[in-house]
Amino acid sequence: MSIAVHKPHPHDSAPLHVSGKARYTDDIPAPADTLHLAFGLSPSARGRIRRLDLAAVRAAEGVVDVLTAADLPRPVDLSPAHAGDEPLLATGEVHYFGQPLFLVIASSHLAARKAARLAHVEIDEEKPILTIDDAIAAGTDLEPPLEWRKGDADAAIATAPRRVKGRLEVGGQEHFYLEGHAALALPLDDGGMEVHASTQHPTEIQHKVAEALGLPMSWVRVAVRRMGGGFGGKESQGSALAVACALAARHTGRPCRMRYDRDDDMIITGKRHEIRIDYEAGFDEEGRLLGVRFSHYLRCGWSTDLSLPVADRAMLHADNAYHLPHVVIRSRRLRTNTQSNTAFRGFGGPQGMMGIERVIQHVAATLGKDPLEVRRVNFYRSAAAVAEGEPAQTTPYGQAVEDSIIRELVDRLAQEARYAERRAAIARWNAESPVLRRGIALTPVKFGISFTLTHLNQAGALVHLYQDGSIRINHGGTEMGQGLNMKVAQVAAEAFAVPVEAVRITATDTARVPNTSATAASSGSDLNGMAVKAACERIRTRLVRFLAERHQCPEDEIRFEEGHVHAGAAVLTLAEAARAAHEARISLSSTGFYATPKIHWDRGRGQGRPFFYFAWGAAVSEVVIDPLTGETRILRVDVLHDVGRSLNPAIDIGQIEGGFVQGAGWLTMEELVWDGKGRLLTHAPSTYKIPVASDRPRIFNVALWDGENREPTIYRSKAVGEPPFMLAISVHQAIADAVAAAAGVPFVALDAPATPERIALAVRAARAREESP
Amino acid sequence: MTQPLRFLLNGTPVSLAEAPAQRTLLDWLREERRLTGTKEGCNEGDCGACTVMISDPLPGGGHRWQVRNACILLLPMLHGRAVRTVEGLGEKGAFHPVQEELVRHHGSQCGFCTPGIAVALAAAHAAGRHDFDAALAGNLCRCTGYAPIIRAAEAAAEAPAPAWVTADLARLDDLAGPGPLEGPGWIAHDDVDEFAAWYRDHPEARLVAGATDVGLWVTKKLMEITPVAFLHRLEVLKRVEVTATHVTFGALVPIDDLRAHLAKDAPELGAYLARFGSEQVRAAGTVGGNIANASPIGDSMPLLIALGATLRLRQGAARREMPLEDFFIDYGVQDRRPGEFVEAVIVPRPLPVAGRLVRAWKISKRRDQDISAVAGAFDITIESGTVSAARIAFGGMAATPKRARATEAALIGHPWSEATIGAAAEALAADFTPISDMRASARYRMEAARGLLQRLWLESRGAGPVEIDSVFEELAR
Repeated sequence: MSIAVHKPHPHDSAPLHVSGKARYTDDIPAPADTLHLAFGLSPSARGRIRRLDLAAVRAAEGVVDVLTAADLPRPVDLSPAHAGDEPLLATGEVHYFGQPLFLVIASSHLAARKAARLAHVEIDEEKPILTIDDAIAAGTDLEPPLEWRKGDADAAIATAPRRVKGRLEVGGQEHFYLEGHAALALPLDDGGMEVHASTQHPTEIQHKVAEALGLPMSWVRVAVRRMGGGFGGKESQGSALAVACALAARHTGRPCRMRYDRDDDMIITGKRHEIRIDYEAGFDEEGRLLGVRFSHYLRCGWSTDLSLPVADRAMLHADNAYHLPHVVIRSRRLRTNTQSNTAFRGFGGPQGMMGIERVIQHVAATLGKDPLEVRRVNFYRSAAAVAEGEPAQTTPYGQAVEDSIIRELVDRLAQEARYAERRAAIARWNAESPVLRRGIALTPVKFGISFTLTHLNQAGALVHLYQDGSIRINHGGTEMGQGLNMKVAQVAAEAFAVPVEAVRITATDTARVPNTSATAASSGSDLNGMAVKAACERIRTRLVRFLAERHQCPEDEIRFEEGHVHAGAAVLTLAEAARAAHEARISLSSTGFYATPKIHWDRGRGQGRPFFYFAWGAAVSEVVIDPLTGETRILRVDVLHDVGRSLNPAIDIGQIEGGFVQGAGWLTMEELVWDGKGRLLTHAPSTYKIPVASDRPRIFNVALWDGENREPTIYRSKAVGEPPFMLAISVHQAIADAVAAAAGVPFVALDAPATPERIALAVRAARAREESP
Repeated sequence: MTQPLRFLLNGTPVSLAEAPAQRTLLDWLREERRLTGTKEGCNEGDCGACTVMISDPLPGGGHRWQVRNACILLLPMLHGRAVRTVEGLGEKGAFHPVQEELVRHHGSQCGFCTPGIAVALAAAHAAGRHDFDAALAGNLCRCTGYAPIIRAAEAAAEAPAPAWVTADLARLDDLAGPGPLEGPGWIAHDDVDEFAAWYRDHPEARLVAGATDVGLWVTKKLMEITPVAFLHRLEVLKRVEVTATHVTFGALVPIDDLRAHLAKDAPELGAYLARFGSEQVRAAGTVGGNIANASPIGDSMPLLIALGATLRLRQGAARREMPLEDFFIDYGVQDRRPGEFVEAVIVPRPLPVAGRLVRAWKISKRRDQDISAVAGAFDITIESGTVSAARIAFGGMAATPKRARATEAALIGHPWSEATIGAAAEALAADFTPISDMRASARYRMEAARGLLQRLWLESRGAGPVEIDSVFEELAR
């Protein structure tokens, strides 16, 4: 029996959240002489700065100083890929509308913002490269196109009995973390720097700040108590504020803080990559995919940022849950004069999956079959069949899929959600409805867990057991709402068999646990949970050794149970055991470390085992649309999702519900619009619409698959941060189903996001095609 | 100042000698009071992270609670009000029931939206409401998907409210005295005649009612708004007068009260106006503000124009009236003289009469709290199968809210038939040349407007549901 893990503890900060006591970066009280910063932004998307007249900025009320790139002690590159293409402040060339040109240091946030608008900027403009088409025409690839092959797709397509071909365009997505980016830098007396930042990657902030100041990393300390949401948007994009604060703090000798106003945040920072996918597939009469060809085109924005691994992960999820015997995936990563697209929940995976799910839908329509039938004939072979001796099927990148439960999971979901029955009922309803149409779809998810950059799959932890039996833990992961700290505390509590309340959670701090990876790739609890467990076990081992000797019993008779330690006949509280050990001069503090086993990856060849395991899931979505106006509503969603043996079912269900709604937003109402000059027009929640309460599915059933991770992960759980996001592809497919019903055709190529406009015009276009032979 | 600015903050009286016109409640709370529970999420009244409860005096005496966005609430607007922030929701060291249930139901993840959500739910709780989707239409959460928040709200609904919910309101009458209130560059009259005379003499002043638009001039355009007159103390302009045939709304009647009154005669119009902004915006925004601001996408105007509303303007002691649609001349240009202000709008009641179809619909990317791509309002009467009267107006289709006269002409005197609807749909092109922007393309706007005419026709035939919301709601039952 577990005492702490597998239990639905509420988020450790929940009482602080609801009372307003939870402190975020901009809530941290700062010394009275703290200065405030704002960036002055480029009014053009592309060109050369001819004149940057900052006289009015300097003269503005409250301004202490203004810095340009030329005023910095050394060039500052913020690129997380060390690509050298992301200067903190523009150095002559401007690359996107909204790029920071100069830094205002002022007495207040408002004074800094006001002054930042007073610059006189003249730019010799060049025609910006804004769209995927612009970028293809100009050949602005960040690196040569990448191509991975398995088998002979060309031959398989050419000889297949049936073929489809098409194109899918999927828009980007703004993170819209409710807390915008923020940072605070406090200069230390010896030249060192202490930084608080809203970041998923404190070590990278530490690294970039140290580089900018010309200091060793050991002189910079970065702390993160919590973020008000991250979603990938705070993996690399926070460096600019933290580095600016540190530079200004060094320059003025005073603490400096900065937060982006929401519009600035949306104008400056990167988003989810927009993608175009061209596809061609050959298949048989059952819908079995014989050969598939994908060409991905990703809009990366102005700098390299994380675009290469994002685009890789799109390729790595081009198969989703389907075995593709012959496949070629080609990917182009295109530089454009727009915000630098970056990590966002799923990290390219959702885009890759959209391609194959469209292929399935297209194939099914061509054959006149229910798409679920086509899905089923293509699903990866079950783990159960593999265990009985059938060979495991391999992904397009050569990883054997040994843990598939998709067939069983989909069968159960389809049954519990009454998929077939409802599909028939919807067809009847549609036949009678004067105008509205309903649609339904079931889509699967297989998501690969591990950073594809293998060395990132490591974590450290620091655990202290105090003399009174209380436990304080620190690890390299950051808390952004996902409940990581609670899960890790549960792990520590379990190790000492004490209630989770006995474990004190502390801010992430580069001075406590060094060289951490970003909290990203859904890896937070997998990596940090294991590192904390390792640290706890080292302390426990010392205690066991000590108690066995003290109480003269074999080590295997020392048991930690229900807050007590049993040593032979003796029963001690953990506090008594800790005090006795301390008095015997036993160390009660330990680091812990974990590195994910088994993984290896050659990205050039597209071969290896990039993922430790896969997380599986599926969703059935039902929608209604109004073909006259294109308005749509999600009527019902049923989810069955695999989190292994859940560390905390309440937190996991929260991730699933929240991820789903965020995914549905991406594919329906969230639309980024730029004008012809590269100016983002949707730069505030007034124009960029994320789902609100009434957009959640009217009926929303979420269940966890009852199973455990085959791999020895932390208490056999599975990662949950990203995979559920992609369950929302079922919403897009259900809408496409309803659009086809409205147009009276088997298939409509619906792009994303499926806004009312896109839906209404898709219905009209399909009807027009139908009427004109 | 003539008198200090006085209000209750979480039950404690506050008296401020200095209150700059542009100082937002949010900045003041966070910077002066170190009450950092109220969050800045967007600084434009769209995300709800800064939601606070504010008392609002009722025209007939007494006070009620409203939810407002502190980021676009300017300090001078607080005189005589009670304010409750997230820090003041609990009582005697205990959580408010909604806070308790949010913890229990896992209603927070990152927690940044949570203070605003807790306040919005506390306000709904105080009002005994159960329509939580509507109550939360102005509160964005990016983590939870909302389901656990709604579960928490439902679980808290029957628990007793803290005593301050009534106690605060009972303390307000003696809090702030009558008479003029002034600060640097601003004035807030409480006598409408004095205000009218003052404004006639100071036509350069900006008028601020609910600040749902002017608030953004401050927080986003970073404009100086002085000299400015705050209107919120002109209680006489908050009156609603109902006769057998008309309702007269004072200019300062909040949009939410407009909604409530029109819904009594025509529930469909209430449903339309429930999609105007959010709870926070409808509580702050006023009928007069929505008209005087003259935005082409203000949602009250197509409806009021279709109903045949008359606008009453006042300049000093002089008043004049005009059909509402004549007020809007072009984008940003209205028929308003210097020193003249909107006093009231007189609306013929949308009474249910046989053969009369009164409908208004809004189309936007998101159902709640979005700006219309197209909003259409229809008041059509059919007698013996023939259209005898038709007034139609659209928002989002032109530079101003505008009547669709050619479309009306294509209907009036013609049989109510699919062919007539088709002709009316064609006529829309004579009325409107919409533009493309980030909300919608010109082509879609026209198609959607035609779609609404088609919907009106289908609905009159009664063949089945014609609105997606009806399917959605059916499931909830």
